[in-house]
Parts: sequence; structure tokens; C-alpha cells
Amino acid sequence: MAEPLLQVRGLVKRFGGLVATDRVDFDVAPGEVHAVIGPNGAGKTTLVSQLAGELAPDAGLIRFDGHDITRLPVHRRALRGLARSFQVTSVLKGFTARDNVALAVQAQAGHSFRFWRDARRDPALTGPAAAALERVGLAAAADTPAERLSYGQQRQLELAMALAGGPKLLLLDEPMAGMGGGDSARIVALLRGLKGSLAIVLVEHDMDAVFQLADRITVLVEGRAVASGPPEAIRADPVVRRAYLGEDAA
Amino acid sequence: MADLELDKPALRPLRGGRRLAPLVGLALLLLLPPLAHAFDAAFYIDLASRILIVALAAVALDLILGYGGMVSFGHAAFVGIGAYTVGILWHHKANAEPLALFGMSFAGSENALVVWPLAALFGALGALVIGAVSLRTAGVYFIMITLAFAQMLFYLAIGLRSYGGEDGLALWNRNVLPGLDLGDDTTFYYVCLALLAGFVLLCRRLVDSRFGLVLRGCKQNERRMRALGFPTTRYKLAAFALAGAAAGLSGALLANSAEFVSPAYMSWQRSGEYIVVVVLGGMGTLFGPVAGAAAFLLLEDVLSELTEHWQIVLGPILLFVVHFARRGLWGLVDREGRDG
Repeated sequence: MAEPLLQVRGLVKRFGGLVATDRVDFDVAPGEVHAVIGPNGAGKTTLVSQLAGELAPDAGLIRFDGHDITRLPVHRRALRGLARSFQVTSVLKGFTARDNVALAVQAQAGHSFRFWRDARRDPALTGPAAAALERVGLAAAADTPAERLSYGQQRQLELAMALAGGPKLLLLDEPMAGMGGGDSARIVALLRGLKGSLAIVLVEHDMDAVFQLADRITVLVEGRAVASGPPEAIRADPVVRRAYLGEDAA
Repeated sequence: MADLELDKPALRPLRGGRRLAPLVGLALLLLLPPLAHAFDAAFYIDLASRILIVALAAVALDLILGYGGMVSFGHAAFVGIGAYTVGILWHHKANAEPLALFGMSFAGSENALVVWPLAALFGALGALVIGAVSLRTAGVYFIMITLAFAQMLFYLAIGLRSYGGEDGLALWNRNVLPGLDLGDDTTFYYVCLALLAGFVLLCRRLVDSRFGLVLRGCKQNERRMRALGFPTTRYKLAAFALAGAAAGLSGALLANSAEFVSPAYMSWQRSGEYIVVVVLGGMGTLFGPVAGAAAFLLLEDVLSELTEHWQIVLGPILLFVVHFARRGLWGLVDREGRDG
């Protein structure tokens, strides 16, 4: 196997007496879709926060694209090509869909200490923004203020923002959360279309989506990675079935 | 009459006002001195200058408050820094006594081309230092820390015995600008107008530039902006320093207008008044604070003739504006929401 794009080794995070992340190891290969599943309270969100850089781990190592990023602040990780979407929809509501995506492009385009030219008429920003909106199927809503988009459209916009910067790895925190069947199917199709072009860490509750998309699955229970492997192996793993998938999956 | 219909909760703006109003406002301001002379009311030119000076500081505050979401309760400190730059340099020039600082000795100056840029520079440096500490916090803590810093500078100014302490420092003449007589109220007025117009134009360009979009994005969702890859504090601090520079320049003009410098320029009440001016005129509009400054100082001028408790009248007016015209006075001519 090629050198992993993301390597997590011995990651530990404690909140007082609670061990939220307990010596977690896992690798994500370039182009791989790696799902992280686990029951509520298993520490998925804590893990995502440490990967994104919002929480500092107490111990362990995170390597990304050949660099140790364990202590790197959020924005530096983003600039290295680690893009994320949020569990709770987190778009810039006062801006149009196009402005939202254009800002994602701008973030990767060097510093923004430019005070005079109208950024909204800068084809270097609006061009890639339009392409990213097209990619997620939001081109028609480019001029709509984000606050007036439907919930499903806001989730699509989140994805467009994450994609617009041309990341190497997408960190998706429950991209299907709160979505109806139609919207979720659209996101699954979209993610399937991305497969191979970039790596994805997918934290998701929707098991249908996970088993459709994932190349490998890591199962978190009480902060520990109890199993890791291809979907068939995870489905068959007795530990996982007892701990998480439940007896009815047997 | 359709334009006068109330469209709840905001008053309906006049059609086309958004483009016209700044031009009409500028034309009125340009015509004000000849009109004042024609009607034998030249003393209003001095009041009008003060309006422009307060407006300059208020527009700067609007940049960080209305677009950057930074509720600074210490804006008067930077105005004070600018005013004391003028006062202290003038004092040393007038007394022909060099200013000893850090083991070096500096000559005083009354040259506007030297003193005013220095006032802006010191305003910016003050804002950089205060902002670097304050921007580690947010919300009500940010308000309190900026207030605390401003109070420290206020008491520092009171402690400056050799520059008048609590009583302040009277200047015998205004700064000198080659080719222009700043002692002439009309000339001084036009200089203030030119500086204000220049700054408003700069800000108008800035808020739609790459820098401006980052600033506005931070106001809406700073966490998201970081996740996109923006070192948000750096951009907010730069905006804070720019606002400090403009406030410093405003302070320099204020010292020249009044030919007087005092710690009162930095009092927390003054900081509050700048916020009132911005809210009254319309946050996140840049032109609004100019209207807000005019409304505020005119109300003060008219009402303080009637009663020293003139703010009793200001209060209800402010309530009315906040409740019915969310975008302040500027909302009457421009409702198209700029996001904040």
C-alpha cells in the first residue's frame, strides 16, 4: 500500500475522568473513503474535532500528507488540503451561495490583504466557485442568499465549499444528518462521483450510505477503535455486531 | 403617496435613494459654507466641522462593528491618542522645548503634514496593541476589555501633569498646512470634508474587496472561516488597526477644531456616543454613521439649549430608530440589506 495520506497513531483525549478518545489508530489511503461509525457517545465528534484542529489531543500523533499536523491550527490544516463540513450546517448565511463558495476559493488563493478590487467581480474567484456549485447541483441557486436555501441545499452548499478549495482530504461530519430520503440519495450519488479523486473521512449514522460508499470502516466504541476493515469484514465481525450493529443485524 | 406607506417593521425606503443619497449628501456638504455665509450663520460651519470629525471616527467604528462584528467600547481611546499627538507636539513646538523620549530628543511640530499622519499612526499602533489582547476574547468580554483599556488611557491622560492633567491643554493656534489657512473655519471645514470623503470611499471599496469579504465572513461565522483556511484574528486585527488610524486622525482634527485637548475625549461616555452614532445612522452602511453624526450633534445642539438633560429626549428617539428602522437613518433611503 502507498504511504497513507492520513495517519493517526495513539490518539488520546480526556475530559476530566472521561476518556473520549482512547489510543485510536487509523490510516486513510489517498483516494480512499474511510467511514467512522459508532453509537452515540462513542467519541466520533471528538475525533473529528482533533483531526480538524479545533481540539488538541492529550497524546498521540496525526500525520497528513507527509507532515506532522498534530499541533497545527485549524486554518493551517485547511491550507494543507484538509477540508471539512460541519455536523450542524455552517454556511455564511448573509452571503449568496456563490459568495460562500468564492470565499472557500479565496482562502486557498494566498493572503486576502487586498483592499480595493471588488472580489465579486474577480473571475479568479467566481469561476471556480461556479464550477463547484455546478458539481453539487446548486448552479441555479448561485445568487440566492444562503439563509434562504432549503436545508438540503445548505448541506449541498457545505459540500461545494469543502470541494472548492481543491482539498486532498474531505472530513465529512454527518453530511446526511437531518436529510430526507431524496436529498440523502443525491449526496450519496455526489460522494460516489468523487470516489478516487480525493480521500474522504465519512462520519455518518446512515448505515445504508456508509456501506454503499466506504472502502474501509473503523468502528468506535467508548472512544476505542474496536474494529477496522472493509465493509464485509465489519458486517461479519462478532465484536462489532454485539457492540454496535445490534442483534437484529445478525 | 405610496412611498409614505409604512411597511412593517421597517419604514419603506425611498426608491432610488441608495444611489442618490450619498451624492445629494455630498452636494449639501459642499454647499454648506456658502449657504451659511449667505444666511449670516457662519457659526454653523464650526458645528458642521465637528459633525464631519465625529463622522470620521464613527465610520471607522462602523467598519469594525457593522462589518466585523467587533463591539469596541473603547473607540474614544484612539480618538484621544490622535488628539494628544497634536496637543503634545504643539506644546513642545510652542515652548521650543524638545520632547525627551526613550533617551532621544524630538522637536515639537505644528505641521499638519507631520502631525496628522503621526496621529493616525499612533492610533493604529494603539489599536494593534489593544486589539492583539482583546481579540483573544469575544462577545461581552471583548466589550469589557476594550472598555478597560480605554479607561487606562483615560487615567493616563489625567496623569499627564505637564500637559494639563485633568484640565487639558489649550492650543493657541491650529496646525499649519502649507498653502492653506486652517485657522479659517471654512478652509478647515473643507479639509475635514475631504478627509472624511476619502475615508468613506476607501471603506466602500474595502468592504467589497477580498479583505472586506473575509471581515464580513468573520462576523457571520468565524469558526467556519477558520475551517476554510483563514487566519481570522489577523484580518480582524488589521481592520481594528485601520479603524484606530482613522479614529486617531479624527482626534487630530478634533484637537484642531476645538484648539483644546483633554482627557474627556477618551471618556467611556464618548466611546458610548460613537456606538450610538453608528446605531442611529445604521450599522454596516458606512454612509449611515455620517447621517448619525449629523443627527446626534444637531440634536445635542438644539436640545441642550432647552435643557441640560437633553439625553432624556435622545433616549426615546434612539429606541424608536432601533425598533422601527433596523438599519438606522440610512435604512430610510436604502433597505437593500448588506449582510452584516
